This record gives sequence, structure tokens and C-alpha cells, in this order.
Amino acid sequence: MQRVRIHYFKGEALQYIGNLDLHKVWERTFRRAQVPLAYSQGFHPQPRIHQACPLPLGFTSQVELLDFWCDSDESLAELQAKLEKSVQPGIEIQTLTNIPLRSPALQTIVESALYQVILPEDCDLTPIQAKVNQLNGAESCLRERRGKQYDLRPLIKELTFSSSKPASITMRLMAMPGATGRPEEVLEELGISPFVVDVVRTDLTLLSIPEETETNA
Amino acid sequence: MLNRIEIKKKLKVILPTVVKPGRYFGGEFNHVVKNWDEIGLRMALVFPDIYDIGVPNLGISILYETINKRPDTLCERAYVPWLDMEEAMRENKLPLYALESCTPLAEFDVIGFTLPYETLYTNVLNALDLAGLPIRSADRNDSHPIIIAGGHAAFNPEPMSAFIDAFVIGEGEEAIHDVLDCIKSAKAEKLSRIQTLERLQAIPGIYVPAFYNVSYNEDGTVKSVEPASPKFPKKIIKRVVGILPDPPTHFVVPSIDVVHNRIAVEIMRGCTRGCRFCHAGMVNRPVRERPVEQIVNAIEESLKNTGYEEIALLSLSSSDYMHIEELVSTISERFAGRNLVISLPSLRIETFAVGLMEKLKGVRQGGFTLAPEASTDRMRSFINKPIQAEQLLETARQIYSRGWNSIKLYFMIGHPSETMEDVQAIADLCKQVIKEGRKIIGNKASLHTGVSTFVPKSHTPFQWAALDSIQNVLDKQNLLKDQLRTPGMKMTWSNPRETILEATLSRGDRRLSDVIEDAWRHGAKFDAWMDQFNYNLWIDALEGAGLPPAIYTTREREISEVLPWDHISTGISRKYLEREYQKALDGETTDDCRDQCLACGIVPTLTNQLKDKDGVQWVCLEAA
Repeated sequence: MQRVRIHYFKGEALQYIGNLDLHKVWERTFRRAQVPLAYSQGFHPQPRIHQACPLPLGFTSQVELLDFWCDSDESLAELQAKLEKSVQPGIEIQTLTNIPLRSPALQTIVESALYQVILPEDCDLTPIQAKVNQLNGAESCLRERRGKQYDLRPLIKELTFSSSKPASITMRLMAMPGATGRPEEVLEELGISPFVVDVVRTDLTLLSIPEETETNA
Repeated sequence: MLNRIEIKKKLKVILPTVVKPGRYFGGEFNHVVKNWDEIGLRMALVFPDIYDIGVPNLGISILYETINKRPDTLCERAYVPWLDMEEAMRENKLPLYALESCTPLAEFDVIGFTLPYETLYTNVLNALDLAGLPIRSADRNDSHPIIIAGGHAAFNPEPMSAFIDAFVIGEGEEAIHDVLDCIKSAKAEKLSRIQTLERLQAIPGIYVPAFYNVSYNEDGTVKSVEPASPKFPKKIIKRVVGILPDPPTHFVVPSIDVVHNRIAVEIMRGCTRGCRFCHAGMVNRPVRERPVEQIVNAIEESLKNTGYEEIALLSLSSSDYMHIEELVSTISERFAGRNLVISLPSLRIETFAVGLMEKLKGVRQGGFTLAPEASTDRMRSFINKPIQAEQLLETARQIYSRGWNSIKLYFMIGHPSETMEDVQAIADLCKQVIKEGRKIIGNKASLHTGVSTFVPKSHTPFQWAALDSIQNVLDKQNLLKDQLRTPGMKMTWSNPRETILEATLSRGDRRLSDVIEDAWRHGAKFDAWMDQFNYNLWIDALEGAGLPPAIYTTREREISEVLPWDHISTGISRKYLEREYQKALDGETTDDCRDQCLACGIVPTLTNQLKDKDGVQWVCLEAA
């Protein structure tokens, strides 16, 4: 048994495919590639695949991470070659790395995510610049999500604006369970419709691995 | 009209605002994108309901793969958008486009609709309208695509005759090549639309309704259907393939969840049982079986190509497939330990079936489905599905004791001459079944009863029969609902108003084209969706056309009456259907025709088509 972490790009062809569906897309990719995934125990055995951090619908990403367990001693290069042949448009595999079997579950070790937002050409940049400054200077930014009040400000770790063409906004948002900032919420605060911009996730920061480890075996 | 690039741009703005945007973006594994500019002939296949329902359709899967194998043709797909997307499309002037290339449907040479059932008809009109095309054939000109349609409902093409240019009657695997060749040469010769349609009408199995005239009697029944010129055939004989070609193995794998996420392999086509209500059993004759090896290879190949985890072995009556035991053992050995779910529906009610299912049982298992249809000997003889109650109970005992907790039973109510006692017998039988289950596994035992309402269908022995009255159907459903909704038991039934619509459309004549258009103009669409179906629109439309619904539904037709589909031949003779209807009324059953040929007419009528690959004349399968 080995545990492998895939770093891949999620492109436009799959930008409207949500997290649950993407999980199936990967399951089928492994089956087509004839990579023997390990299955969970129990009444409904499920293939052991873990994704890092859901990407909101409509965005693309250069840093998607996925762990899988497989009953095969094939080399990473062999696995990568098989997967690349079977993967569907919209997924571009970058690297495969071995991960200790008992290292913590991927979704528990993501700390924050970096997003780059490309603004449309005809966008009036002055008010956006002002709003970025304003949000950066604010102590808190109270909003509502599903009827519950929360503070967006501490979820923003970094927010910068660049007017060099194409104009863009870069934001690093917390991505921990119970403390996740969403790019579309920041955009709303800045008065930008999330439907007119291109959002790319460009980095994920992982927590340094704690000494006591566990898996969801 | 917007072009491809403009469509893609608009989609970027629209898709984030609609439910399940993955329905409208294509990009699936195994979809085929060909170079539009290099290929001269372009066809779009449309399933007239949403993506989720359309993608698993086997007919579309077969044709998509078949057509795309032609180097001279490209074939793309489209589905009907759900309400939210339709609104956004209309608001943004976005025409219906094909998923592969985002090309507007109007730019294709041919658009093919599949019509598996009648309650999709308004969606066809909606699709044509969304594509920016005139919905009526007569209003389209040389600049428009040729609109063709096929599928089970096309065996009575008349209600949709105003909208479809040419129907393909019967099986499409070979006919589609004839159609495409014809359109290709017509395009090369720059033929007019009418010339092209004349050429199409010359192809066996093709029906261009514009070339046929219908006259009516004073009482509103059809008087005659005549070809407009002696050069057109009096009868359109359906197309069949003598030998089933290799099944599709490159299924489009959607990236979102759809109704069936699986590989479907047709193990056999046609059925010899002769259940008198069964449209599929009549129109798909003769029986043709696939060799075990071909099926197993297709599964292996499809698994490799799709990565699916589920396989369905399809036929109208799986137990009748001659090599069923060999097939099941081979599959269970070959695919063991791969975490697959294999389903084998349409099994006969006998303990043998339980053994078959047990062999296929993998890690996960669903319920066990059986279709006794009726509960008294009298009704079973009437519909020609004789099954002993004890046989059903013994099968149920076996199912419950061999690891299944849940059974689903299908029944049909509303047959002519059915009494409340016959309906009560359904409830009694269900109660007996669950009682057996409880004896074996206690309260874990569950029973789901699906009760549909009989719809007399064209081309069956019951094509003359009356639809049961709505009051009768409601009374019968209420009787069952009262008794079959107790803990451990669940019942589902069909909306009797939807049944009336289905009955009207499936046995209607071409005057219904106006009714369909009127209903659609007043908002009818997604009639197969319980929450979208609006009965009143249809009643108003029928009234507006001066057509009382009863002439199509609750009226028993005279045997001598000209039926609106009499000029369409399934190969089965009218005499045979008349004989079977009479036998039903006399309470007589008819044996499976594998045991003895009943001269249904299939072989003589289809004789030219029923040749094997070496040109050897085909004969019907007989019992081993």
C-alpha cells in the first residue's frame, strides 16, 4: 500500500464541476488508468481519495491537491504516466509525491489559499483601489453567511491590488475548517461582480505537520 | 444569431447563476470534438429533456458513436435546458447550442430528436424554438436544417407530423447511414428542401408526413391516409438490423451526477412473450440475441473506456436470453473483486432468477424488482402474462431469505373489464408478500409497489381498447393507497391526468399537432415532470381544436376503424393483433412464440432486412 499526493491544475473544462462530482471524476480516472485504489472498510466500501480544499464553482486552479491510497508498488513515474493517459480535459497533472501512510488527512492541514482575480478591461479601477485600501485598513468587516453573522476581515490574510495590465487583485484567505474566507465574498465587499472576473487559485499553504499524526483509516 | 465565441462569452456570465451549470458546458470524457471546418456533414442529436436524463439514453449513445465513426460526418449533442437556464438563454438571446463546440443548432445540416415517450413532445417544440428555428416543418426553408426523429414514440408519428420533416421508423443503426448519405449528396447537389425530403422518403423506413394526406369521417375518426403521389409507398415498413452490431463502448461519461451513471449493454433485442399491453414487446420484434462473448468483451472494453463502476444488462425479458446462465457465470467470474455493481432487470418471476441475481451480487446491492402486472388469473389471461401466485410467493421467499431486504413489485391497473375485486387482489397479494418477508427477516422486510395505469398503445393488441375512466382509476388507486401504505410498505402510482395525456398523444392523429403547439404556446413543457405538468393547458388546447379528449382515450375503437398509424408497419400483421385482442376478450392466453410460431407476420414482412452477414435468411429463435 502506498499513499500518493497529486498536485494538479483544474482548468476551464471542469470549472463548473463541483467538489463531489470532481471526486467521481477522479474515481473514474483511476479505474480507467487501472490503478488499484484501496477501499475503505465497512458496509459501503469507498475508494480512498482525499481532496484538499473545495474550489468554488466557476474558478480555475493551479494548486489542487489530492491524496490516494493504492494497492500497488508501481513507481510514481509509472502511476503518473497511467493517470495522464486516462485523465480528462480540465485536469493537468503536475507532480506525484509519496506521503507517509499515517500523515494527517489533507483537508485538515490546509491553512490558507491564494487567489488571483483578473479584472475585466473596461473596469473602473479607482473605486476598487480605494475599497481595497479601505478593507485593508478596517478592523473588522461584518457580513452574513446563511443567516449567521461573521467577520470577514480576520479571514483575509493579504489583499493587494495591481493596476498593471491586466489589472488584478491578489488575496490570501484563510482556508481552515470553520474559518474559511471566500473570494466571492471579498469581491462583493469590493463592489465587483464575481461573474465578470476570472479567479484562479494559485497557492495553498499547508500547516507544518504536527508531531502526533493520524489517518482516517 | 450569436456565433460560437459569443456564446462562450455569454455562458461565462450565465452559468454561475444557474443550477448545475455542468449540464451546459460539455467537456465530458469520451465526447467527440471534430474539426467543424474540415467536415462537410454535421448532425446534432437532441434528447428532448434535461441533460441528467438524456445522457444515459442508450439510443443516443448508440447513434452518437455510430455517426462519429463516419469520417465524413460530425455528430454533437444537445439537451433541453432546465427552466432557469432557459430563462437566462432567452434573456440573453442565446440560441440552443451543441455541447461539443457551442455551435448553434441552426447551423447543423440535420437535427435528430429521439422520442422515447410522448410526454417529451412539447420539449421538442421548445428546443426548436430555442434554436431559433420555425417549429413547423412547413415554415422552414432551404436555409434550415432537416429535422428528423425516431424512437419508440415515432411508431405513431402523426401527432408530431407538423414539426418533424422525416421520421425514422424502427431501428436506427443502419437507417441513419442511409439518411446521412442522402443528405450529403443532396447538399453536394444543392437540392432544395423539398427535393431532399423526396429523396429521404425513398429510403426504406423513412416517413415524410408532408407527403401523406389524411382525411376524416364525419364522426371525427380517420377515413384514410394516402400518399400524395403514387411514387410514395402506401405503407412504411420499419427498419430492423438482421444482426445486432457491436454495442457502444465509448459512452460519454458526464462529469456531473445523472440519473444512470453506468455502462448499458443490450444483451438481446425484442421479446417473444407477447404481453398484450406491451408496446416495446410488439414493436421490437423479432428477438435477436448477442453472443455471450460479444457482451463480455463490450463490458470489458467499456470499463476500460469509461471508468464506470456500474453495469446494466438490458433486455425486455432477461430470463429469456438463451445463454443467461453462461452469461451470468462468466460475468461474475470475470469481473469479481472489482467493486462493480451489476444489474440485470426484467427477470421472470421464478426462483431461478434469484440464483442469477445472487451470482451478480457484489459489494452493494439494491432491491429486487419483479413485474407481475396483475393479480387474478382472469386479468393475467387478459394481458397474457400468466404467473401463479404461489410462484411469486416462493420467489419472494427466496429473495428475502437470500440477503435482500427489499422487493419492488410492478402492477398495472385500468385494463378493460378490470373490477374492484381484481384490484383488491393486488393489495392482498402484496400483503402476502410482505408477510412472507417478515416471517424470514422480521421488520427489516420492505415492499415497494409501483402501480401504473394501462395506456392502450398503438401497434399492440390493445390498440382498439378504451382507456379506463379517470374516476375508476382514482377509485382503484385509493383502494390500493389505503391498504399498501403501512410500515414497511410503500406505494407509488401514476398521475391519472398524465395518463390521459399519454393516451391521447400515443393514439392520436395529426390533428393533435395543433393541440401540441397550442399547449406549448400556453406554457406546456416538461410534461413528464410531475411538478411541471399542467393538465388544464392540454384540455384547453383540445377544446380549442374542437377535439373532445374522449375520442382518443375512453372510446373503444371499432376493429374496422382506420387507425391513424395504420400506414406504419412494425412487421406484425393487423390480423394477428385483432386475433390477440379477441383472445384477450375471450380470456384466452397465447404461448410464447418461441414454442410455436404464431405467424405474427414479422418474418414475411421484414424478409428483405432479416439476413445475416453472409446473406443467409434469418429465422426466428426457437426454444432450446
